[in-house]
Amino acid sequence: MTTPRLDRRQLLATAAAFGLAAPHVARAQAQAVKIGLVAVLTGPQAALGTQLRDGFQQGLRHLDGKLGGRPAEVIVIDDELKPDVAVTKVRAALERDKVDFVVGVVFSNILQAVFRPVTETNTFLISTNAGASTFAGRGCNPFFFTTSYNNDQVHAAMGQVAQDEGYRRVFILVPNYQAGRDAAAGFKSRFKGEVVDEVYVPLTQLDFSADLAKIAAARPDALFTFMPGGLGVNLVRQYRQAGLANIPFLSTFTVDEATLPAQGEAALGFLHAAPWAPNMDNEQNRRFVRDFEAQYNYVPATYAAQSYDGAMLLDSAIRKVDGNLADKAALRRALEAADFRSVRGNFRFGPNHYPVQDFWLCRVARRPDGKFQTEAVRKVLENNADPHVGECRMRPA
Amino acid sequence: MSPELLLVQALNGLQFGILLFLVAAGLTLVFGVMDFINLAHGVQYMLGAYFGASLAAATGSFWLGLLLALPAALLAGLVLEFLVFRHLYDRDHLAQVLATFGVILFLNEGVKLVWGAAPLQMPIPALLEGGVALMPGLQYPIYRLGIIGAGLATALLLWFLVDRTRAGMLVRAGATNPEMVSALGVDIRRLFTLVFGFGAMLAGFAGVMAAPILSVEPGMGDTPLILAFVVIVIGGIGSIRGAFVAALLVGLIDTLGRAAMPDLMRLFLAPSPARQAGAAIASMLVYILMAAFLAFRPAGLFPVRTG
Repeated sequence: MTTPRLDRRQLLATAAAFGLAAPHVARAQAQAVKIGLVAVLTGPQAALGTQLRDGFQQGLRHLDGKLGGRPAEVIVIDDELKPDVAVTKVRAALERDKVDFVVGVVFSNILQAVFRPVTETNTFLISTNAGASTFAGRGCNPFFFTTSYNNDQVHAAMGQVAQDEGYRRVFILVPNYQAGRDAAAGFKSRFKGEVVDEVYVPLTQLDFSADLAKIAAARPDALFTFMPGGLGVNLVRQYRQAGLANIPFLSTFTVDEATLPAQGEAALGFLHAAPWAPNMDNEQNRRFVRDFEAQYNYVPATYAAQSYDGAMLLDSAIRKVDGNLADKAALRRALEAADFRSVRGNFRFGPNHYPVQDFWLCRVARRPDGKFQTEAVRKVLENNADPHVGECRMRPA
Repeated sequence: MSPELLLVQALNGLQFGILLFLVAAGLTLVFGVMDFINLAHGVQYMLGAYFGASLAAATGSFWLGLLLALPAALLAGLVLEFLVFRHLYDRDHLAQVLATFGVILFLNEGVKLVWGAAPLQMPIPALLEGGVALMPGLQYPIYRLGIIGAGLATALLLWFLVDRTRAGMLVRAGATNPEMVSALGVDIRRLFTLVFGFGAMLAGFAGVMAAPILSVEPGMGDTPLILAFVVIVIGGIGSIRGAFVAALLVGLIDTLGRAAMPDLMRLFLAPSPARQAGAAIASMLVYILMAAFLAFRPAGLFPVRTG
């Protein structure tokens, strides 16, 4: 060991020196834009949060670690999918770390929890996944933006697909909680045929065999389902094993790149609706998908793509205000302009700061390299605004 | 409900019950013989599934994966016993609950570090692929029939081990009166280790069997654990026979309840609330059953302990 041994006096002196030096360090770093990146990184849904975090980091990598010309510093916050934990950690990021933006959030209940703590401090909150209806209508806020969608739009897009395909009898299978009931309602907002049966299953359900038998007995033209995460893995594999795959599988948040590694062949040909798919043919997207896969060695899902767009959005806005984050009104206008090239192609914000965008019917396919991904089949809704935008009276920042 | 649909649903319930039995059998042994509340039994089920899925992927064969996962699960159980549980036998139940809950948190995060957060899959072996058409439009997967077969065989083996062998006799004696068994000169610690390792292996076996139909992911053992506790409370703590009957009862009631309850509720309610209320009540049924047992027959179906 060559480390010089310090006595206590020296240690104190060193500590004091650091203490004195600290303000300088802080001033030097004040040039950095601080981002609090909120994602669920532990627990069963961690795969989604990992996608979200990696997508944002990939965006920064393409921007050489800078946002609008200023160095970016990311503080990753694991919300543990617990609203109280999320609030505590986000408050700490706001008060102790003085973050300039809070970005991310996979689940709506976490967004609901951190919404007021963030926006009340006049800090911009950019959701890159959670798209609760609460903040799209009357609850819209000048400090809140989302680069994803409003949940209702995705389910409605699937309803439109069922309508377009001419299905007469559809069987609905959703989990028995708020988002599940919203999914069924969103689907029915555009599907005008007969709903043969609606089955609500507990969120902890593992085995779908009883419901699959019901589906087989009802013989519908198609199934509509919303089974996020592990629920979807179980359903998809059991659906295939029960020989029901000849009944079209229309789904939202059930088959995507976060669950496909576990669903594999069982999901081949299954349908889902989304504003983005890895195979979208534009330059920005090709670059994103190629470099993301090279970096992280898995196929990105919407969580990653929307976060990548989030990084690009921040970059464009900070550039527009020349790095001056103090003028909130100017910064807000710069964010509203959404002057960046989205991996989705079309992208702009509506008056409620939710995207107005296209929704696609996507199908699960196997790529030549053996990995699975969703591929855009056709555009279902064009320049679609969410159904709540009319109720939003955006107040000035 | 047509007779075919009823038959299929009964079969579904039976298969679910068998899977529960495999988890609950180890739990009831450990709880009954050692008076040890092992909340970490669910993570041993999860570990079994992870071992099975990764070993099957590595060897390219389901059967090799299954064969290798069993000793791996046994080993994992013994390591846990040596490192953690051994120090808890003499503590009260609260300390056991706290420590084994800690093991759950630790291992749920641990598997994520090793295998990643995304769920894994385990393919169905070629021998058990495909299905039989029990009703029009529905293939009943042969693999699920395989689970029923494997579960019944395990139940038979357990019956033989517990009822017909010397070790089994000690286990039964230990469940009834551990102090007396110890006083008669039986090395109760060794017996505990044996029972514990065997219980861990059973849970691991259940995990491997479930892996091809359920998603292998962190925390996958938490739900079966709760149901397994329901099963052993109904069956009588420490009784393998009780666990078997109660597991089938829980499996059938849960499955048939979910199949029929929404339709039953429609007799009283409008269709939409009937569906939601029916689903909610159906998922409560097994817990209502457990509450009834606790109220009217607290020792369970087949009481073991003499008190």
